[in-house]
Amino acid sequence: MAVETTTRAKVRWGLLDVIVVVFALVPVLWIASLSFKTPATLTDGKFWPREWTLDNYRTIFDTDQFVRALVNSIGIALIATLIAVVLGAMAAYAISRLDFPGKKLLVGVSLLIAMFPQVSLVSPLFEIERQLGLFDTWPGLILPYITFALPLAIYTLSAFFKQIPWDLEKAAKMDGATQGQAFRRVIAPLAAPGLFTTAILVFIFCWNDFLFAISLTSTERSRTVPAALSFFTGASQFEDPTGAICAAAVVITVPIILFVLFFQRRIVSGLTSGAVKG
Amino acid sequence: MSVNATPAGADVAADAERAAGRHAAVPAQRARRRSKAPLSENKRAERRLGWLLCAPAALVMVLVTAYPILYSVWLSLQRFDLRFPDQREFVGLENYATVLTNQFWWTAFGVTALITVVTVVIELVLGMGLALIMHRTLVGRGIVRTAALIPYGIVTVVAAFSWRYAWTPGTGYLANLFDGSAPLTERASSLAIIMLAEIWKTTPFMALLLMAGLALVPEDLLKAASTDGATAWQRFTKVMLPVMKPAILVALLFRTLDAFRVFDNIFVLTAGGNETSSVSMLAYNNLIRGLNLGIGSTMSVLIFLTVAIIAFVFVKLFGTAAPGSDDGERR
Repeated sequence: MAVETTTRAKVRWGLLDVIVVVFALVPVLWIASLSFKTPATLTDGKFWPREWTLDNYRTIFDTDQFVRALVNSIGIALIATLIAVVLGAMAAYAISRLDFPGKKLLVGVSLLIAMFPQVSLVSPLFEIERQLGLFDTWPGLILPYITFALPLAIYTLSAFFKQIPWDLEKAAKMDGATQGQAFRRVIAPLAAPGLFTTAILVFIFCWNDFLFAISLTSTERSRTVPAALSFFTGASQFEDPTGAICAAAVVITVPIILFVLFFQRRIVSGLTSGAVKG
Repeated sequence: MSVNATPAGADVAADAERAAGRHAAVPAQRARRRSKAPLSENKRAERRLGWLLCAPAALVMVLVTAYPILYSVWLSLQRFDLRFPDQREFVGLENYATVLTNQFWWTAFGVTALITVVTVVIELVLGMGLALIMHRTLVGRGIVRTAALIPYGIVTVVAAFSWRYAWTPGTGYLANLFDGSAPLTERASSLAIIMLAEIWKTTPFMALLLMAGLALVPEDLLKAASTDGATAWQRFTKVMLPVMKPAILVALLFRTLDAFRVFDNIFVLTAGGNETSSVSMLAYNNLIRGLNLGIGSTMSVLIFLTVAIIAFVFVKLFGTAAPGSDDGERR
């Protein structure tokens, strides 16, 4: 009897699984399908392409507009991620390990920033960056990205840092290492998986941004792909840009799919461990 | 002007932090003075290192948020249109009167509030279901979790384009189900599609936060309840929900404030047409399209205040333990 109920339970859970997977994948498959359709069949309303083509991909990689935007997206997201993770790791180490006044204030401030409406910063940053000459430059986008990624980085990293066996640090200090050396030599290597997970989450955040990208850029010099997508007009003005937009959309979705496929467990643990301690 | 103000502002913030620290540390210092001197020296070094490690992060966060928000308060008190820079002048609260008596503002405010409430409620229900599936499923747990992460990770603009083409007459598989009508040209159906896109994209995040709460429910407690004859529904409401309450409140708070910022989906799906603008959309249009820094900043400040009020009400009403607030007490 027990066997029977588990089989039935398994089937029931299996069905629920299928619903979730279908619901999650349909919009992604749809845009991928559109990107492979020929111009003639693009508007046939069928879910799967009847004729397959790679022309849309050829088109976008031939245009400077998309290639520049892709370079901007990758460069800006990578630099912002690197800086945010380094600064976040320093702060998270202090928060999870050291006793110092002002700690609560820092945690509170970063929580506030996590909830901050980004649009409130768009107008002042637009004006400030214009005055400082940062408007439409890489640093002009990297700076706000770091700021909004830092709370995420600090929370996730402090959660990870709490799980590290800190006795090793004590042992290192007993052997004569200073606090700083203990951090660099002993703890940093142990913290590498947590750092990596945080880097993925921060990268996804920067990769995703649209509001800052369209507000603080005006040319191909620093426009990222999400922003460029909304300005896409196709190879020539008379061409329907749908296929090109879909192909570009698929290209910037690929890294996300790869992250999710390879690091599902890390991403889930990063998101859940950082959020719950409440 | 801004060049000078920047370092000064940072110094003030740092001073305040230091002063607050000194105040809190007085009893501790007194206690330590009685013990051995080297310990106190150690403590002081630890404190210095703590400040040193936190300083860069704190500095960046304060410089890029606190200073600009104050600056936008200043901008909001001026008539400042970049198309007519000569007419720049201090006008007090005139911009606030203009915005708060403007019908477009209140329409956008209503739209934003509606989207926030409807999506968050639906996401809470669906997210709970998804969290239960991800946490308890007997088969294919990895597959479900991987699939659920895709909406979370995907670029919002990409997903929005997918929904837009799906509902475009002729092109879209969904539009054709409804005999080729054009739902994105009507207000009610546009809003419904915007909400659908929001829910699809953010339910997994809600579910992940809730799943973290589910993991805290002791398995023994569920078994005990089951032995005592509790039904599945009773186990859910009487055992799981109370334990999960903090996680639920955190998830609600985060999602509510995030939903209130809705922008990307509206921009791509309707561009704010047919009165579907959110407040973020309206502020963006006034600023970047209209180049009206005064009005744009006024809206920025009002949105900031609204979000602050929502957060305050949440914390007061539900006594939400701020996530990570126990970090401070941790030794």
